[in-house]
Amino acid sequence: MKQAEKSIQKPKSMYARFERKPGEDKTNTHYCPGCGHGIVHKLIAEALDTLDMAERTVFISPVGCSVFAYYYFDCGNIQVAHGRAPAVASGVTRANPGNFLISYQGDGDLAAIGTAEIIHAANRGEKMTVFFVNNSIYGMTGGQMAPTTLLGQKTTTTPFGREFMNEGNPIRIAEMIAILDAPVYVARASVHNIKAIMQARKSITKALQAQRDGKGFALVEILAPCPSGWKIDPQESAAWVEKNVLPVFPLGEFKDETVGREGISRARNAASDEQIISLLGLDTAPPHFALSNPKAASLRVLCAGFGGQGIMLLGQMLAHLGMRHGLEVSWLPSYGPEMRGGTANCSVVFSEEAVGSPIVEYPDLLVIMNGPSLDKFLPALVPGGVLVYNSSIIENAPRREDVQIVAVPASDLALQAGSERAANIVMFGVIVSVYGSFSEEAYSHLLAEFFTSEKILGINEKALRAGMEYARNI
Amino acid sequence: MASYIHIEPENCKGCGLCIAVCPGKQLSFSGKFNQHSYNYMQAKNEACTACGLCYYACPEPGAIAVHKSAAE
Repeated sequence: MKQAEKSIQKPKSMYARFERKPGEDKTNTHYCPGCGHGIVHKLIAEALDTLDMAERTVFISPVGCSVFAYYYFDCGNIQVAHGRAPAVASGVTRANPGNFLISYQGDGDLAAIGTAEIIHAANRGEKMTVFFVNNSIYGMTGGQMAPTTLLGQKTTTTPFGREFMNEGNPIRIAEMIAILDAPVYVARASVHNIKAIMQARKSITKALQAQRDGKGFALVEILAPCPSGWKIDPQESAAWVEKNVLPVFPLGEFKDETVGREGISRARNAASDEQIISLLGLDTAPPHFALSNPKAASLRVLCAGFGGQGIMLLGQMLAHLGMRHGLEVSWLPSYGPEMRGGTANCSVVFSEEAVGSPIVEYPDLLVIMNGPSLDKFLPALVPGGVLVYNSSIIENAPRREDVQIVAVPASDLALQAGSERAANIVMFGVIVSVYGSFSEEAYSHLLAEFFTSEKILGINEKALRAGMEYARNI
Repeated sequence: MASYIHIEPENCKGCGLCIAVCPGKQLSFSGKFNQHSYNYMQAKNEACTACGLCYYACPEPGAIAVHKSAAE
């Protein structure tokens, strides 16, 4: 073996053999000849060696040509969904603040499908270093236009060249990120020639060092040749970058606050555990009651009406009522995008055993607040089941001989109680009376839980009593 | 022992990016093909100063290693 004082060779932060790579060849990367990714990989690995960071680093591989970065880097690795690397990195750094995070992304990944993720991770100043490899094309998928494709550049999806009129301008990510307050270091480097490579080496090291020193978010955009995608010889790629890419994507440091900047501390949570427990009302144990008969112990309920009638609330109250009586329950809402006026329904299941499915296809109890819902759901009510419907709105009495039908002028009774909007609580009063299984004491607990305004609570208490009273006199 | 460039023939993809960066013009295509059918590089190693530029210009992590002589 030849003796040498010093060797410049593959960094230790890269595996000696790429055992994760399928096939016989465990020493080559999967990249094309002349691809910039390999150079960027080497520079990152070298910086991880220099800064002694690899042991604590989690490298997030994207979707794109660099999807297999985890074959090469000898550190923690996660390969994530397209564009989501900064989101996953945010999660990892929040959960394990001691880790160093690298989000390695191409231009399709970061600047197209992942635009939202990168901007918000940068804006939150997440503790991560982002390496954004910009080769102005979608390499892996065969050379389609990327957000960074140059005007006039021919790709498979811009066969006549990209035109502003059609596709807009190439997007300058480094400049965009640099205007945010939180990022500490933002630069654009290039690996198209040796001078640029040595400068990129400095930027990459600086961006990682910023994270090691706890400063926060750093991003280095790196211009990289894609000879295959550009359909040129690797040795022509440097001149191609000089002529076409650099005029649009100037190199430089757009933001450098690595000196004199305090890191972002996330040592304290925005809210204490006690605050959250109290907010969720989990600091006091809710009262429990006993069922007085088993009629409601196993029940599948469907409530339906139009949005704004309190269908969801009615279902939630029923579910809570069951829960307070020691039953297993589920509540499953289904509604359109409209807050008011659309159709809405929800399913509630009461069971003495764990609820297998929250979906109620054939209800035992059908609560109907408007006409269209009656037409839609009445055929599904099981024989022997109960239909409770709002007769203030539905004029034609439903016809089915094999079920118990309870007509309730719910809207009228609610109006008398103080607001037509309490019709759902009238229905609640009727339902609990029809079954007679629940503790009356539970109702007032529930109302107080659901209605915090004294005025609204008063109206709903009246509505509840009106419903119960009505049911008793049927 | 003088400084020298080691080319790993099976890891070289023959892109030729190292040729232009070498100040001493030590690198060239070998005219021979490896198992991946790439015309891999060869190093003359007559005047290598171990500047390392060929290593940095090379996209393939395992293709080039530069060994600096203890004397230099």
